[in-house]
Amino acid sequence: MEYFIQQLINGLALGSIYGLIAIGYTMVYGIIGMINFAHGDVFMVGTYIALIAFLALIAIGITAVPVALLLVLIIAMALTALYGWTVERLAYRPLRGSFRLAPLISAIGMAIALQNYIQIAQGARVKPLPPIITGNYVLIDNGGFVVQVSNIQIIIVLTTVALMLIFSWIVSATALGRNMRATSQDMKMASLVGVNVDRTISLTFVLGAALASVASVMFLLYYGVIDFFIGFIAGIKAFTAAVLGGIGSLPGAMLGGLLIGLIETMWSAYFSVEYKDVAAFSILAIVLIFMPTGILGRPEVEKV
Amino acid sequence: MANGNVSDAPVKSGLDLAGALKDALVAGIVAFGLFALVLGLRTEQGPTGAQILLPRPQLLFMSVALVMAGRFLISLFFRSGAVRLPAVYLPAPFVRVNYLGNIAGGALLVFALIIPVIFFDNRYILDVAILVMTYVMLGWGLNIVVGLAGLLDLGYVAFYAVGAYSFALLAQNFGWSFWICLPLAGIVAAFWGVLLGFPVLRLRGDYLAIVTLAFGEIIRLVILNWQEFTGGPNGISGIPRPSFFGLPFTAADDGFAAYFRLEFNPSHRVVFLFYVILALALITNLVTLRLRRLPIGRAWEAMREDEIACRSLGINTTNTKLTAFALGAMFGGIAGSFFATRQGFISPESFTFMESAMIVAIVVLGGMGSQLGVALAALIMVGGFEVFREFEQYRMLIFGLAMVGIMVWRPRGLISTRDPSIHLRKAKPIPAKVVEEART
Repeated sequence: MEYFIQQLINGLALGSIYGLIAIGYTMVYGIIGMINFAHGDVFMVGTYIALIAFLALIAIGITAVPVALLLVLIIAMALTALYGWTVERLAYRPLRGSFRLAPLISAIGMAIALQNYIQIAQGARVKPLPPIITGNYVLIDNGGFVVQVSNIQIIIVLTTVALMLIFSWIVSATALGRNMRATSQDMKMASLVGVNVDRTISLTFVLGAALASVASVMFLLYYGVIDFFIGFIAGIKAFTAAVLGGIGSLPGAMLGGLLIGLIETMWSAYFSVEYKDVAAFSILAIVLIFMPTGILGRPEVEKV
Repeated sequence: MANGNVSDAPVKSGLDLAGALKDALVAGIVAFGLFALVLGLRTEQGPTGAQILLPRPQLLFMSVALVMAGRFLISLFFRSGAVRLPAVYLPAPFVRVNYLGNIAGGALLVFALIIPVIFFDNRYILDVAILVMTYVMLGWGLNIVVGLAGLLDLGYVAFYAVGAYSFALLAQNFGWSFWICLPLAGIVAAFWGVLLGFPVLRLRGDYLAIVTLAFGEIIRLVILNWQEFTGGPNGISGIPRPSFFGLPFTAADDGFAAYFRLEFNPSHRVVFLFYVILALALITNLVTLRLRRLPIGRAWEAMREDEIACRSLGINTTNTKLTAFALGAMFGGIAGSFFATRQGFISPESFTFMESAMIVAIVVLGGMGSQLGVALAALIMVGGFEVFREFEQYRMLIFGLAMVGIMVWRPRGLISTRDPSIHLRKAKPIPAKVVEEART
């Protein structure tokens, strides 16, 4: 039982990270109906930006953890958002209105380019970061298995909840959110009534990348090692989360993320670590085949 | 195109220097933001084992300057309309394109046939040629699924892997020869095509692509982890080489060279392998071309254009999709077993997602549905990879950027004209009487 609770806590922390990345997928799919294949790699670039920002701050002598963490978050969000914007501007905007598969192919190209760009710029080796946030609370200690929750796990879950609230507010109550919803319903009609569609789509990518960068910082702090290949697997899992929750739905992305995190942790804990990615991929296939609208998604009506 | 900012502005003639400078400045600021941390600082392991940062101001400055210069030139010459790229658009007359295509295709075929004659002693060229032909065959195989049936399959490498492993396991465990195992590997791969194709039939477009990607990865991960059966990460080595109708390519007395009273030369085997893959690829091409004329091929292309219309016309889309999947998988599997016998060694590392991306890129960049385009794209991409071999680090970066660039430049691929399914002959004049009747 203690073991199970411990896995539950680990799964929630991991799931929060997946959820944050999944929002980027779900928003872009909701607004222009394409899978932003490069999103996982934008997340990966974010982890490198966060790592370098941490090291730079340490080098110039800012070592107070809360200050450093805040600064790194701001830097990572700003620069990763810039990557998100650039990817959209270079690879997707010129293809708007092109045939259906063109943006997907271009996205795959972008993902490959980003991966290799990082590999060239920073080397193929695994990059470690010494633990910055340490300490934990013991929840249950009855002599046997000790259940504990670490500070970083608490920070991850709290940050995710806070961001989700802010983000839901942006989408439901601001002018930008209204433009986004209008664009996702009908791009042409939205532009006729004065929505700057191009800018709205750009901002969607910027927001998605910014959320992914928060996930990057959390991932870096949680695991402490990164390499240039983490974007692919993390991206696939986050996409699975988005689909599981119902693509296009923000609460769905979060729910899906938590579920995927839990399933992966439980699978590794009780079955086999080797096949944990197989489990994630199988869930993706099963969900898409048997319930393509996901848990919270609306059924798509097929029009002729 | 929804309100693009560029098209709103009145087209100015002449060069807009100030505007171009402004664009370049903006691009420079963006590039600085992108590169400042990731390119400008490099993380390295320091003497104490902790990570340290090495500043690279020169590299940063150079890359930003490069972006600015590029943006400046593009703004100056293209945006103002002073220079236009030649319109790369081939107009309607299909006949002429067909004619050109036939000549180019024929020339390529003749060239392929005489490569071993010209480069008999050049092992490197022959190896590259075999590699190109393998990708041509994979491209043609996938073209059935993507180009004709319009189903984007991002896990095609799974069938390549299934073919390679079936061949290796059959040959090792039962000692069967290449020519028995080759069709068997194709059949096994086709079976897997049906097996994986069946559940995904209801999905469309992007979702189908992602599920096939997932299947591809699942198969790779299972191969990687199922050590007792597949050898896991160590792979399978010692796969038997093909023989020339029972004559092995060895220096022994019962070998190929001795039988034909030739001097033994290791190139014999390479040349033989080249002709084998050429023949296999041509069979793939022939089958595809013939099938396009049959009802099933017509159904594929109709399904690609409009699935709902297809269903309302009474075409069984389930069977149509499954045959496309199965045929594509079969050719992929055959190419896989050729790969296994050529290498003599296979491991899961050869069957990653990158391989799938490469084959999809060949099909899409070549122009979906165009056989000649696929062959050209395979030649350009694999050949390009070899040219850039010295810049090993950069070639994948260039590959990715080129994929984006070609999609932006020509979303329909290099050869985007499609062969019409039906050739209409000269228009017949309608007799005046019929016209009169129609009027009244």
